[in-house]
Amino acid sequence: MSTVSASSGVAVPLAEATKPVSGEGRPTAWWGMVCLIMTESTIFAGLIASYFFYRAAAKQWPPPGIEEPKLTLTIIMSFVLWGSSIPMLVAERGIKKGNQRALRFGLIMAWIMGAAFLGYSMKDFSLEKFDWTENAYASIFYTTVGLHTFHVFVGLVMSAVVQIKAWQGKFSAERHLTVQVYAMYWHFVDAVWLFVMPTFILSPHIK
Amino acid sequence: MAVTHTPSEETHGKIDTEELEEIWADAPGVPGFFSTVDHKRIGMRYIYTAFFFFFTSGLMALVMRDQLAAPNNHVVGPELYNQLMTMHGTTMIFLFNTPVLAGFGNYILPLQLGTRDMAFPRLNAFSYWIFVLSGLFFYASFLLGKAPDGGWFGYTPMTAKAFSPGINLDFWGLAIVFVGISTTVGAVNFIVTAFKMRAPGMTINRVPIFVWSILSMAFMVLFAVPAVTLAAGLLELDRLFGTAFFNPAHGGNLLLYQHLFWFWGHPEVYILFVPATGMISMIIPVMSRRPLAGYLWIATALIAIAFISFGVWVHHMFATGMPVQAMSFFSAVSLIIVLPSGVQFFAWIATMWKGRVRFTTPMLFAIGFLLIFLLGGITGATLATMPFDWQVTDSYYIVAHFHYVLNGAVVFPIFGAIYFWYPKMSGRKLSEKWGHISFWLMFIGFNLAFFGMHLLGFLGMPRRISTYPSGLGWDNLNLISTIGAFIFAIGTGVTLVNWFHARWWGKPAGPNPWDADSLEWATTSPPPEFNFASIPVVASRHPLWDQRPLPTANPNGDEATKSLGPEGAEHHETPETTGLDARPEATLDLPHPTYLPFLLACGIAVFFVGLLIKAVLVGIIGVGALVVALTWWAWRTEVDLA
Repeated sequence: MSTVSASSGVAVPLAEATKPVSGEGRPTAWWGMVCLIMTESTIFAGLIASYFFYRAAAKQWPPPGIEEPKLTLTIIMSFVLWGSSIPMLVAERGIKKGNQRALRFGLIMAWIMGAAFLGYSMKDFSLEKFDWTENAYASIFYTTVGLHTFHVFVGLVMSAVVQIKAWQGKFSAERHLTVQVYAMYWHFVDAVWLFVMPTFILSPHIK
Repeated sequence: MAVTHTPSEETHGKIDTEELEEIWADAPGVPGFFSTVDHKRIGMRYIYTAFFFFFTSGLMALVMRDQLAAPNNHVVGPELYNQLMTMHGTTMIFLFNTPVLAGFGNYILPLQLGTRDMAFPRLNAFSYWIFVLSGLFFYASFLLGKAPDGGWFGYTPMTAKAFSPGINLDFWGLAIVFVGISTTVGAVNFIVTAFKMRAPGMTINRVPIFVWSILSMAFMVLFAVPAVTLAAGLLELDRLFGTAFFNPAHGGNLLLYQHLFWFWGHPEVYILFVPATGMISMIIPVMSRRPLAGYLWIATALIAIAFISFGVWVHHMFATGMPVQAMSFFSAVSLIIVLPSGVQFFAWIATMWKGRVRFTTPMLFAIGFLLIFLLGGITGATLATMPFDWQVTDSYYIVAHFHYVLNGAVVFPIFGAIYFWYPKMSGRKLSEKWGHISFWLMFIGFNLAFFGMHLLGFLGMPRRISTYPSGLGWDNLNLISTIGAFIFAIGTGVTLVNWFHARWWGKPAGPNPWDADSLEWATTSPPPEFNFASIPVVASRHPLWDQRPLPTANPNGDEATKSLGPEGAEHHETPETTGLDARPEATLDLPHPTYLPFLLACGIAVFFVGLLIKAVLVGIIGVGALVVALTWWAWRTEVDLA
């Protein structure tokens, strides 16, 4: 074993540096998804900040002629969306142990719950009595909630690819990075709703 | 496993390099052009494309200086002048400075880290294609004679549909959102590469400063670019679909646009400036023949800048009438951010002081940068104080200040970096003689062009005007400025000619012509497609100075680390290492050339064209292509298959 003295940093035996380790770091795809989530979160943070910027300057909120958002059904459907993270966790944990059934079951359950939320949102949009051109409230409401709904839609499309691969048996206890990274995205979409929903649906009721 | 003490060129010699070249080579001709994922080819393309925009936009600046050379001039009318002004500013920020730094990062980063490619080579190709397509999209406005004319900042209500009804501003707003995709994707790639792809032994405190600067820049991009995407995106929603974000008649807010724009805008200054200082931190030690003074201080300063840069944006809005208490906070933070830059400045001086300086062309540009940045930094501090800012805001003093920082303190390091790394990229050296001539023309021309603008500002000349009456005492300073601009332009032209001359007739450079310390100089010039047949093993901050000969990994059939050796290169693999200690932890299969990134980028481009001309069908075709390409991409991902 040879060592090299360094002018800066501690001298280490060279062979030591090349000794492999395992289970310490995260794979590149995980890091990539974390970065994507950071930058996407900033977009939603900017929209939420803009919402309160408008509200701070408004005399009446929501502006005259617009009702406060409906609560009961929206809250129920929100819990359906948040709840979809549970089957997703079942899928993740399952495949870590090589359990194919848990993987397929978890993915399809999460997909159904997400699709139910998406369906409700689309119907809700079509029933709203105001247009997004009416005023700044309507613009920021439709843009932010719409952007989140779009994220749910993208998540469902991505899930389809993951599910087909799952049914083909491409994942195993050793190789399931796609599932892991996809699940991160799905949890992120749920987490964003934890901020968007209280801001856009609940806060107008607080006078 | 064993570590062999051989320079990597010799390791290349022992194994069959021709066979490796074949495994890594792109298809020849057009298919290879559209399908390559090699970080060096992509990096060069970034640099070439960005410089195309640099010279185009520089010519616009010359037309503007021509117009302003004398009072009541008629070279161009106010309408064309506004278009030139907007295109010049937007191009320099979005299509030259940002991407040219990404280009150098792309080319140099994997080599400096001692790896065989970026972490996500296909995303890398994708971000280039987005950059070039968004540039074409933006410049298509010129062909229609309807270039954006709302200033590079696009302040509304001037840019609202009611006051700018033409398609001009739609090109601008959509291009900003479009090119932001490229910047963001590039930043993700840089972060993951810097953390996960370092050669074994390159612990986090041995990473070259250029890598630190790229990391700092990439983190700023992740948090800043969303804000400008929102500013331009919401403006476009107003313009295209009639929403009311910035329409005060319907509860919209004009100041919100400025907040969003400058929340990106000020970090953006550092997004451009920080990698440029990283280049300076590579050039100065090598040309002073000693390690950089205060490595830890500089690395810390780069991270500090990234954080503090998000707390200064309101100093662009001192004249908007916000509460003074709120503005005081931003004034204080704007003064604090001078400190980390000062730390770097003194570290560079100390390095030169204790070293033996070689006055090569890269070093001249570095010293020129120090002088220019000193003045740009001082005028920056003056603008952080509210009363002074109120006095000079929207005058030529501002134009002088931001050209000292964004032209002088960014373009000079970039030109230094060209002379510094050209031998690595091409295998040949640029002419030193013509380099010196280019530097002096640029340095003298720059100061002639922009120093007088400080005085013009004090004399009350407002920015963004297309002409002015005589008798205000502005005439001579403007004429000098125009002469300076042309001298500066000739200086950049000399380097352009130098570049192409040396491409074919330059002296062969050899692997390490400057006797530099970082790993990119360990491989041949230009590097082979696989960069390193055997990955170097690092035990110092300056491997090529302290480790002679440079040891390389020799796995000898060891399964866990075989990607470190030539066998890894044969299998188109590269090692993945831990984030802090850079210990090998896994093997990464690098993707082969593919058309997917190009297809995906085209899908997005079609979508934006659809938005621009408000053609639903075109938009749907774009989204369709996008979904198909994305699904295909997700389908073919290698991570679960190998």
